[in-house]
Amino acid sequence: MISLSDLVKTFHTRDGKVTAVDHIQLTIDEGEIFGIIGYSGAGKSTLIRLLNMLETPTSGEVVVAGKNMGRLTKQQLREARQEIGMIFQHFNLLWSRTVKENIAFPLEIKGVPKAEREKRVNELISLVGLDGRGGSYPSQLSGGQKQRVGIARALANNPKVLLCDEATSALDPKTTDSILELLVDINKKLGLTIVLITHEMHVIRKICHRVAVMEHGKIVEQGPVLDVFKRPREQMTKEFVKQVTEPEETEETLKHLFGADGIGHVLQLTFVGGDAKKPLINDIIRTFDVTVNILQGKISQTQNGPYGSLFIGVEGDRQEVQKVLEYIREKHVSVEVIHGE
Amino acid sequence: MSSSLFSLAFVRLFPNVNWSNMYDATYETLHMSFIALIFTFIFGIFLGLVLFLTAKGNLWENKVIYGITAFFVNVFRSIPFIILIVLLIPFTRVIVGTMLGPSAALPALIIGAAPFYARMVEIALREIDKGVIEASKSMGASNAQIIFKVLLPEAMPALVSGLTVTAIALVSYTAMAGVIGAGGLGDLAYREGFQRRQTDITFVATVIVLVIVFIVQLIGDLITNKLDKR
Ligand SMILES: Nc1ncnc2c1ncn2[C@@H]1O[C@H](COP(=O)(O)OP(=O)(O)O)[C@@H](O)[C@H]1O
Ligand SMILES: [Mg+2]
Repeated sequence: MISLSDLVKTFHTRDGKVTAVDHIQLTIDEGEIFGIIGYSGAGKSTLIRLLNMLETPTSGEVVVAGKNMGRLTKQQLREARQEIGMIFQHFNLLWSRTVKENIAFPLEIKGVPKAEREKRVNELISLVGLDGRGGSYPSQLSGGQKQRVGIARALANNPKVLLCDEATSALDPKTTDSILELLVDINKKLGLTIVLITHEMHVIRKICHRVAVMEHGKIVEQGPVLDVFKRPREQMTKEFVKQVTEPEETEETLKHLFGADGIGHVLQLTFVGGDAKKPLINDIIRTFDVTVNILQGKISQTQNGPYGSLFIGVEGDRQEVQKVLEYIREKHVSVEVIHGE
Repeated sequence: MSSSLFSLAFVRLFPNVNWSNMYDATYETLHMSFIALIFTFIFGIFLGLVLFLTAKGNLWENKVIYGITAFFVNVFRSIPFIILIVLLIPFTRVIVGTMLGPSAALPALIIGAAPFYARMVEIALREIDKGVIEASKSMGASNAQIIFKVLLPEAMPALVSGLTVTAIALVSYTAMAGVIGAGGLGDLAYREGFQRRQTDITFVATVIVLVIVFIVQLIGDLITNKLDKR
């Protein structure tokens, strides 16, 4: 659906040349939710703006839905943009227009007749769950509602691709989740390809199928979300993965517990994919002569299955613990002894 | 009965005021200000859009056009109005064909006020969040659609409050336009009031100007508040 080849964007600033996007190759498939993560200044916004030519590339090619975006005439580009929706961190709604009028705006741009516009706007308002708020002005809405208007507006002309530039970064965690659910919903219902950029790993974890990690204008790592979570290669990726897999005070808490005696072994179990649902702990307690103490854990759902770590304390004689380790490994859950022999 | 008493008191208070002349002068002031305001609005919006659109980083970035427009706007905005009127006398002769009556003041009023308003238009447009313009582009809007569906509507409250300020400036400009015999309250206050030492005429003319200004401000504020949905 989208393919980028050798894409470069250089800005000339007073402080010299800034290469915001540096020879990027990327292919995004139809119907997938593709996440791009990176710290501030990595070049994510520039990259996503290159997709609909809000920035013109310094060199390289952008092909979206079969169109080579750099080769279009102005008129063709405007038509191509009507097939690429975009939502923004700060929503960018027209405050002088009501919710309905905001959603109708892209339809007006396209020249859709009034009666049809009305009908489509009502559909969209229901789709994003804003029934009854059509006559409100943006200033009367909460952040989450504003983003829903943004989404409805972006979907008005039935785009093939939806670009999201930090679409949830201005929202609180609960609202973020509801907006992310809406995006997944839309992706499934409409088969829409979604490209989203963020600096928050939990956003990637929650809804993306594949992820690319960006640093200094380059993509340093990419792949299916679970694979990247399982085997992060780059230091940068490891940091991001930590955001969602390790409970914040894990080390602190465990150190504390090591101090207190009575805990023989501390194991870290890492679940990847479908294994988290198995009653593993229950089986261990029933099968082996050990006591198990759950110390800390964080299991997250991703689009391709659960992922996370669980820290358990195991008491029992050495041989029995050894059997437990083997048993766990048999179940394809990776396990590491982080305390005890 | 009471109303005739009231008018009697009025006549006593202002012995020299010819109310019919005062009415005509008020009408001329309003007429001049109003016509000038319409043209100022048109030229001001146009110049303000040019300034905004050709500025660095905007839709039609163009150093040359921006430079020339900004130069003229600054020049005409800096010339004191009274001097502008005098400078424009030959020009006015050609355009209006007469140097008497309210129309004589129009070119000077418009040329004096339009650049003033243009700057306010430019500022109003600059206040619009760049993100909104960007969002419109991302939806495939043409430049004309961006101007008429985004820039002007989004800036409307600021455009109206700027117009209110400009209208008030115009009312005071018309008073000075009396110098070239353009009529109006300023003219009356100067010729009948000041030169003939009839203070009551000056006083009444001033009060009427003040009332006009207050009413303009009131209407302007009402419209601005009604439009402002932020
Ligand atoms: N219009 C611009 N002019 C100059 N430099 C820019 C411009 N836009 C972005 N940059 C620079 O490009 C780099 C990447 O920016 P950006 O794409 O916004 O990163 P991110 O979205 O990942 O935070 C930054 O160093 C930024 O300063
Ligand atoms: Mg950004």
